[in-house]
Amino acid sequence: MGQKLVIDPVTRIEGHGKVTIQLDDNNQVVDAKLHVVEFRGFEKFIQGHPYWEAPMLLQRICGICFVSHHLCGAKALDDMVGVGYSKGVNMLPAPEKIRRLGHYAQQLQSHVTAYYYLIVPEMLFGMDAPPEQRNVLGLVEANPELVKRVVELRKWGQETIKTVLGKRMHGINSIPGGVNKNISIAERDRLLNGEDGLLSMDKVIEYAKEGLEIFYDFHEKNRHQVDTFADVPALNMSLVDENGNVDYYHGNIRITDDDKNIITEMDYHDYLDYFSEATEEWSYMKFPFLKSLGRDAGSVRVGPLARVNVTKSYGADTPLAKEALERFHDYTKGKANNMTLHTNWARAIEILHSAELIKNLLNDPDLQKEDLILTHSKADWTGEGVGVVEAPRGTLLHHYKANQEGNITFCNLVVATTQNNTVMNRTVRSVAEEYLGGNDIITESMMNAIEVGIRAYDPCLSCATHATGNMPLDVSIYDAKGKLFANKRR
Amino acid sequence: MKTEITLDGKKIQALIGKPLIDVASDHGVYIPSLCYMRGKPCLGTCRVCSVRVNGHVMASCTVPVYEGMEVEVDTPDLVDMRKALVEFLFVEGNHNCPSCEKSGRCELQAVGYETGMMVSRFPYRFPVRTRDHASKYIWLERDRCIFCQRCVEFIRDEETGQKIFSIDKRSTHASIEIDVKLADKMTPKQVKRAADICPVGCIIDKDLGFNKPIGERKYEIKSIKERILKGKTNE
Repeated sequence: MGQKLVIDPVTRIEGHGKVTIQLDDNNQVVDAKLHVVEFRGFEKFIQGHPYWEAPMLLQRICGICFVSHHLCGAKALDDMVGVGYSKGVNMLPAPEKIRRLGHYAQQLQSHVTAYYYLIVPEMLFGMDAPPEQRNVLGLVEANPELVKRVVELRKWGQETIKTVLGKRMHGINSIPGGVNKNISIAERDRLLNGEDGLLSMDKVIEYAKEGLEIFYDFHEKNRHQVDTFADVPALNMSLVDENGNVDYYHGNIRITDDDKNIITEMDYHDYLDYFSEATEEWSYMKFPFLKSLGRDAGSVRVGPLARVNVTKSYGADTPLAKEALERFHDYTKGKANNMTLHTNWARAIEILHSAELIKNLLNDPDLQKEDLILTHSKADWTGEGVGVVEAPRGTLLHHYKANQEGNITFCNLVVATTQNNTVMNRTVRSVAEEYLGGNDIITESMMNAIEVGIRAYDPCLSCATHATGNMPLDVSIYDAKGKLFANKRR
Repeated sequence: MKTEITLDGKKIQALIGKPLIDVASDHGVYIPSLCYMRGKPCLGTCRVCSVRVNGHVMASCTVPVYEGMEVEVDTPDLVDMRKALVEFLFVEGNHNCPSCEKSGRCELQAVGYETGMMVSRFPYRFPVRTRDHASKYIWLERDRCIFCQRCVEFIRDEETGQKIFSIDKRSTHASIEIDVKLADKMTPKQVKRAADICPVGCIIDKDLGFNKPIGERKYEIKSIKERILKGKTNE
């Protein structure tokens, strides 16, 4: 008799969802879906609020990538008041660099959280390890020195965020046309040199390099598994600078194919001309796709793996990350890398890249400048704005409209995890076929493999559905008659 | 002329006729308030400054000093009563400090901290109130209004003396209103003053939100208690 498997909830991700896997009478996978079962409605309830509240209120979607939401909103407001990129106005150097500093610091701490707390346990103990060991507490027991460094790394990232935004979480810094505070010499020196209980910048870079070594070591020992686990094709999308390399804060949106050819490049203000969204009744998360290619061929991957696939090279001012990226690119010999577990490699590279970018910024005297806001008048008002940044999980977009009185009338959020929806579903299907299909007995480690596939994307389902709820996600397996065969829920 | 009164068991000399709330702060006793502004006529609307005078609970901003007064401020029941009054104000409106631009400069928030309020003991009413953003310079966020009436009494048209703000209807139907025609004549200085004397984030100076960084906002620099005890007004 065919079966239906349920994993509910999937753990160590941000948000609440479940997986269902449909098996036929021969226990072969006939369908696999990632369902996102939460809903929040931020796009609706921001309407009616004054426009300048949007970056403050909407960042509350997320407790992890709030800086990205804050900056996306701020960029949209720059447009709205008439001093943004939509009018061809460039931000003043100091506020742009201060915004970037907060953004890179968040990327560092977010990636460190995902990499070490959520992903490294499987890398060290294996997917088959017992669940009670396969978590951060198991990591503490096995390697307390490593966990101590992780805590220190995260703390340094959070302290940098606090320096820029005033608080470790949901701070306020960016306002229409600029920022409300610069970085003092004392603040800069504290982050560069460290203090009792706070790492120095050089130590942060050293620990970031060690994170990459952990991946290399894991890859060396598990090459077959890492390279064959969920090799899922998808287009890759990232914000890029004028050289076609990732720019986490601003640029054009570039989409490349398996041979790294450019499929589309767009000014993000025109995103509605290029993208459409599909919906399914079994999930609150939408399925964005490129109109020109249709839903299946036009779905994109975003996030660390997509960014390193799109990027040709990092700058000479981040030499360690540049070298690491070259090694990454050499591995696939010029082709795009579709190996899902290599996302963790990409994430480790981006931790190092962020750290080097932060060091460069902290040494930039522009951070101490007083010229922080582009002034604007009523005549500049456009009433509409779009902001895009590369959030840790991928390309994030905020689009607002407001009337002359300043009242928000429209809000559209397209978040990274939503962009990854189709490719995550492909991953679930791929892993289910590989690990579950044809087996009479479904073990815990087989079910965990599904979660490992999802977790590689570090999905934030709360952001993706702009939704509230608990973290976990379920996996269900159903038989051919639709009867629940197995369910995993923690 | 001065007289002797008792303040929390301590005998002090006070000027007859002076508002009790001012006398208390002059003698180092902080009494929270959300409508009273030193040097201005008392409004007596918020009742948060309630104390016991000769056995009767009354708003200390409304009571002038008189001979033979025995005043209790710092007793467990009065402390709890004042906290309850602040809780009432929170549940009667829709106050969302995390995204409110008045956060850090808000008297209701500051008094909430001073009275030790962590959560309300009363159920939230979630009133349905509409914003008024028709004025050129002022955004009226009615969700946050506590009906202190400072704006009603102290912000007037500079030419005619007419009121720009008013309270319409009563009780749970009450609503702060703005005369848009008069409001559009306000000078930037007057708009700023209206926003500043509003003890919550109800009257907002359009387009200026979040211009002060966290850590440099009014009550983050100096608490409301310190300000009041130094004889400063709430402005």
